[in-house]
Amino acid sequence: MSGEREQILGRIRGKLGKDNRAKSEKAVADWMAEPGAKPEINPIPARGQLLGQPLVDLMQEMLLVAAATVDVVDDLKDVPAAVSGWLAEHNLPAEAVMSPDPRLDDIPWDEQSMLTLRRDRAQTTDAVSITSVFSAIAETGTLMLASGADTPTTLNFLPDTHIAIVRKSEIVGTYEEAWAELRQRQQKEGDGNFMPRNVNLVTGPSRSGDIDKTLFMGAHGPRQLHIVIVDDGEKT
Amino acid sequence: MKPETRTFKENARKALADTDLQSALKGMEGGFVMGRLATIDKLPEFNDMRDGAVRIKNHVLENLDVYLETFEANVIKNGGEVHWCQSPEQARQKVLELCRSIDAKTVTKGKSMIGEEMDLNHFLEDHSVEPIETDLGEYIIQLADERPSHIIAPAIHKTKAQVSDLFHEHHKKYGKTKRLEDPRELLEEAREILRPKYVKADVGITGANFMIAETGSTVIVTNEGNGDLTQTLAKMHIVLATPEKIAPTLEDASTMLRILARSATGQEYSVYTTFSSGARRPEDLDGPSSYHVIILDNGRSNMVGGDFEEMLRCIKCGACLMHCPVWTNIGGHAYGWVYPGPMGSVLTPNLIGLEDACHLPNASTFCGRCQEVCPERIPLPRMLRKHRENAYSAKMGSPVERTGLAVWSFFVRRPKLYRLATGLAMKALKMLSGGKGKLRSAPLAKGWTGARDLPAPEGKTFMAQYREQARRRAGGRS
Repeated sequence: MSGEREQILGRIRGKLGKDNRAKSEKAVADWMAEPGAKPEINPIPARGQLLGQPLVDLMQEMLLVAAATVDVVDDLKDVPAAVSGWLAEHNLPAEAVMSPDPRLDDIPWDEQSMLTLRRDRAQTTDAVSITSVFSAIAETGTLMLASGADTPTTLNFLPDTHIAIVRKSEIVGTYEEAWAELRQRQQKEGDGNFMPRNVNLVTGPSRSGDIDKTLFMGAHGPRQLHIVIVDDGEKT
Repeated sequence: MKPETRTFKENARKALADTDLQSALKGMEGGFVMGRLATIDKLPEFNDMRDGAVRIKNHVLENLDVYLETFEANVIKNGGEVHWCQSPEQARQKVLELCRSIDAKTVTKGKSMIGEEMDLNHFLEDHSVEPIETDLGEYIIQLADERPSHIIAPAIHKTKAQVSDLFHEHHKKYGKTKRLEDPRELLEEAREILRPKYVKADVGITGANFMIAETGSTVIVTNEGNGDLTQTLAKMHIVLATPEKIAPTLEDASTMLRILARSATGQEYSVYTTFSSGARRPEDLDGPSSYHVIILDNGRSNMVGGDFEEMLRCIKCGACLMHCPVWTNIGGHAYGWVYPGPMGSVLTPNLIGLEDACHLPNASTFCGRCQEVCPERIPLPRMLRKHRENAYSAKMGSPVERTGLAVWSFFVRRPKLYRLATGLAMKALKMLSGGKGKLRSAPLAKGWTGARDLPAPEGKTFMAQYREQARRRAGGRS
């Protein structure tokens, strides 16, 4: 199909004018030279430009706007009890599939003997998943999840209930800050692709308004999205 | 797909008389229009973001060849492939070839307007590949064998009772014999039936809201999560896109995504925004084994640098439909092809030819609401006018309309004659009304009086009154 490629690109070049090419190459290189937002092109919402507790408060507020539920705990060691308590309260089984992510390893899951965990990708039979997040974006209460060997994508979509553990230090104000962190991770890890196979921005539980213009939760993805925000003692 | 655009007037008349359609189209102002206003009210930077989005897309279009090449190179770097197709037929064949390469029996599909442009479902069925629409709205219209009537709410023309009937009829084979009426239960039933299909599907096809040049990623936006199950659980992920969908960087995509969600559904952000870059990595636990992007041109490259280039800024939010007094009254099917409403009336003639679509630019009152709400500030009324001019120059349209326009044009270029003629016409109409102030019918105005009375002129023409007043004022001063 290379002939088709040349014809389509050739037609575009023809319309842009034959002298345009060199100018275009420079314009594109200039545009992409500096990674990050350009103030005059990509305005950053003021409401996301917060630090410390106000940022955490905004995250919480926007999660509720997105119809998620939120629990806040003071210490990593309180997470397992908070999770099992919430599951019991919602008549859900004390059984979950959890991402193999080492970031969840410093949480003392074993101390909560009632909770059975499997560390793997999700199967259709899994009712509850537990994941970490790459970052949490306060401006709209959005979770950023990046796929990888320890963070399979199916956990975010297949189970009826998705529980995400968010550390306060993972909360950022805006999408742009989260992208900057993803770019930074690449620099740290050296070569390889900048983007993982999937970056999922998740804002609340799945929903559809396609029947009768009435909104219902749980269209194909999770019916419930529950966030446990934990104070990990690091600066937000 | 064979366009039914030539019978637009007849289609519209039928739509207005369709009581189910009219009941489904009620209440649009509440959810979408008010929702949009409420969320943009909470984002003071909204209009600055629109300006940014206009600049991003203009910059992309000015350098489109370089951006497409950059995007392609990065897709390859991520381990994916890009396929270029000029016509819907080429794109259909490419999809089939890819499906056959892994011996695919079933295909799950996320929502894609480009898939509609290709009429992909019928084609796959004809070639023994079963396509399964997974967006709830698309699933409903697939059962009904209809086209979407709105670019983001494809089944918005269906009443709840119609959905009940469709599910009752088509879900019997799954052992579901009860006719459900509660929308919640209907949704549950669709979820239950579609779930195993995701897992079984060999190929997952999605559309693309954006193609990010910097990273070679494609982006989809959904509320249901169907597009994600579609692309994650299948063996192969095929993305259907068009050349103008480029966003240079992740930040540029983010600027446009902020205004897209708010303009489309009045949400702060759509539930799922997913960036897909290549196939699963060797160490990944899930994801598709291969990743293909099909770029279908279908006439868009001809729009670059021309009178309709600005239409290529469209990010398919659907706000112009929801705010259009024509679309909200006749729905989407009357427009006769894939893209309805103001954006469709500008785009369709460019893709299928003005000859076939020459009625569409007339499906507008020029009230300007579409341009006012467009997140990309596309001058839709101006381009509709341009289509009308082109249609007139090419001698398209009905002879009566053309004669009418010629007569009007003769008078309007001769002001004295025009004033004399309008003055006489007003007197005649006043006489015809018999002093009742309105006319039940009038010569050459059946289109108006067929549905309502024509207010009869009471006095003199505006110009005559204006002159008299000016004379009076001048007299008063002396």
